[in-house]
Amino acid sequence: MRELKIVAVVVAFSVLTYYLVEPYAHHEMHKQVDAQGVEIKVESHGFTYDGSDDIAEAERKGDVALAQKKKAFWAEVADISKLKGDAAVGEAGFALCLGCHTDTGTNLGGVVPPSLEHAGRIYDKNYLIALLKDPAMASNVNHKYADTLLHPMGSIASMMSDKQQIADVVAYLLEKKAGEVTPEEAYDEACMRCHALRYANITQLGKTPSFKQEKDALAHKIKVLDEQDAIKAYMGKLPPDLSMIIRARGEHFMETFIENPQSQLAGTSMPRVGLNHEGYEKVKEYLTEAGDPSKKAREDLGPWVIGFFVLFALLAFLWKKHQWRELH
Amino acid sequence: MAHFEKANSLGEWFEQRIGLSTLNRVLNTEYWIPKDINFLWAMGMLLAATFGLLVISGIFLLMYYKPDSNLAFDSVNYTIMSQVGYGWLWRHIHGVGASIIFLVIYIHMFTGIYYGSYKRGRELIWLSGMALFVAFSAEAFSGYMLPWGQMSYWAGMVITNLFSGGSLEAYGLVEWIRGDYVPGDAFLTRFFMLHVLLLPLAIIGLIVFHFGALRLPHVNNQQGAEIDFKEAAELYKAGKKKESKVIPFSPVFLSKDVFVMGVYFILFFYLVFYNFEFAMDPVNFDPADGLKTPAHIYPEWYFLWSYEILRPFGKDVGLVAFGIAQLALFFLPFIDRSPNVAPAHKRGLFVVWFWVLIIDMIVLTAMGKLPPTDPTFALIGKLAAWTFLALGPILVLITSFEKKIGKGA
Repeated sequence: MRELKIVAVVVAFSVLTYYLVEPYAHHEMHKQVDAQGVEIKVESHGFTYDGSDDIAEAERKGDVALAQKKKAFWAEVADISKLKGDAAVGEAGFALCLGCHTDTGTNLGGVVPPSLEHAGRIYDKNYLIALLKDPAMASNVNHKYADTLLHPMGSIASMMSDKQQIADVVAYLLEKKAGEVTPEEAYDEACMRCHALRYANITQLGKTPSFKQEKDALAHKIKVLDEQDAIKAYMGKLPPDLSMIIRARGEHFMETFIENPQSQLAGTSMPRVGLNHEGYEKVKEYLTEAGDPSKKAREDLGPWVIGFFVLFALLAFLWKKHQWRELH
Repeated sequence: MAHFEKANSLGEWFEQRIGLSTLNRVLNTEYWIPKDINFLWAMGMLLAATFGLLVISGIFLLMYYKPDSNLAFDSVNYTIMSQVGYGWLWRHIHGVGASIIFLVIYIHMFTGIYYGSYKRGRELIWLSGMALFVAFSAEAFSGYMLPWGQMSYWAGMVITNLFSGGSLEAYGLVEWIRGDYVPGDAFLTRFFMLHVLLLPLAIIGLIVFHFGALRLPHVNNQQGAEIDFKEAAELYKAGKKKESKVIPFSPVFLSKDVFVMGVYFILFFYLVFYNFEFAMDPVNFDPADGLKTPAHIYPEWYFLWSYEILRPFGKDVGLVAFGIAQLALFFLPFIDRSPNVAPAHKRGLFVVWFWVLIIDMIVLTAMGKLPPTDPTFALIGKLAAWTFLALGPILVLITSFEKKIGKGA
């Protein structure tokens, strides 16, 4: 039928245009290529960490020595990962951590050391091992530090050099610091010390309390500004507020960026956070709550509205048939 | 003062005062439309319906939107999207509607071109339609500024910069348009005014004119056939509906329109709920930041073809080419020299010209978004831009030689 042929032509041209300006153009725009012009596939590793990205990055830069160093580092991490850690022994080692990770919101060396309350739940085991060995290497931000010791947590190297001791501390975290975690707690521990979330009333110092007196509110604001200045001095710029990030970036970007910030933003001062799959899901849930709270309502209402118009079109079709029955 | 009897019913009361039944007859039941049409003739109705949805959703959004560069982003993304009941629904309808209305506009335009519905008495329909296209473009652009995200800001920067006129360096004009050296609060507030007052007024006026211009020349039909509407209408009214070449607007033509509209709204709301990113660019969910240029700045899809006519050339040539592209389609009724009002496939070379135009505009659209740093894309874009500019003179040539189609063909 002639009319259906016209529909087919209109649909075909519309779909072609859509394909070209949306999936195809966006793929081309965000394509990363190496020095030889070969496309670099940026892929998620399911929130597990073995340093393969970091080594590949060093190799692409042509820095053979660095690549070797990273290979050796992550091989050692894999070795430690095979050791059987003793949580009871690890508790003593963990006491060292509490020297800085005080949960009091005190800035040390540029940022507030994060709470470790759910560290065993939301971070990957290999990442935790790597972090205890060399925080700059684990976070893939070694380019920021000429000497690892300059990292705010760099002193860990002199505190915990024994492989078994690292395995024990990690075993302790995985056993004792692995309780149920809420999306908000996951965000607080993994992201908040750098990233404000104003739609959830969160600054780098946590949830902003309500104040009766304006001057108390202002005093708090000054504290927040001071903290932000310290972070700015340490990171080079104030990390962005994440209120709308869930709508501003796609799923693939979020996953690969959180696994390895360097993969999407080469040279960034943001460290790898080391979230495991559960940790990422929790953080994502919280970011969705802040930036896209209508997602569920949208998905629930959609079928009803579309169903209504299917029915509407059906009835309209019958009406049209009726109106046109005597015309031909 | 005319003589008025006492009315016996409310209907009669209105009848005496504004002649409801006459109005209904003139606008609906005896407004004659050719019978030989297809669903493409419903695009005008889809446009009216979508414009209606945009107005309604716009009114709801207007109740919470704050035209202030410090508040705009959060009033949209926080207040409307998360604090106001169904605010997200109105915003998604508004965003998707603004984008999809251009798809329907393009289909409507190309339908007019294909069937030759822009000449021999229908010039004013075409011209007012093109004016509507321009007004809608301005409406879309000004609306795009309002969420005050990264794309709003940078699109505003790029487009207002065009007014510096290349080597003319008319920066004074650019500042006058912006009300500032860079897009800022004055800029946002004036585009808000344009978006919610001046441009909608112009659009409504133009729509009325567009409908009015349709009245005497009547709607075209699939064969471009000349119809004696008076005679055909008498035939229809006499009950010879099969023989008559016309149908009344209401309810016969309307029933088909409503059906097409139903199918259209299935697609429309699928996009509103599940696939809106093509219309609500993720980049625009980053707040405007004058110190951080996005890696890629591109307009919405419906401006890409003209953007690609601007982009491949140097700044002066590009501006001239861009200006020509914006105006070229206005002149269609006057550069098409053919005596025929007929569908393209009956007009010899014209049908080739038509499909080349469609494909060229799709190529331009695609290249307008792809990064021009890639030499292949840049070359394809440049060739497509030249093709577009050449299509005008070529149309004059091929239509000058077009033979008159004999009656009954």
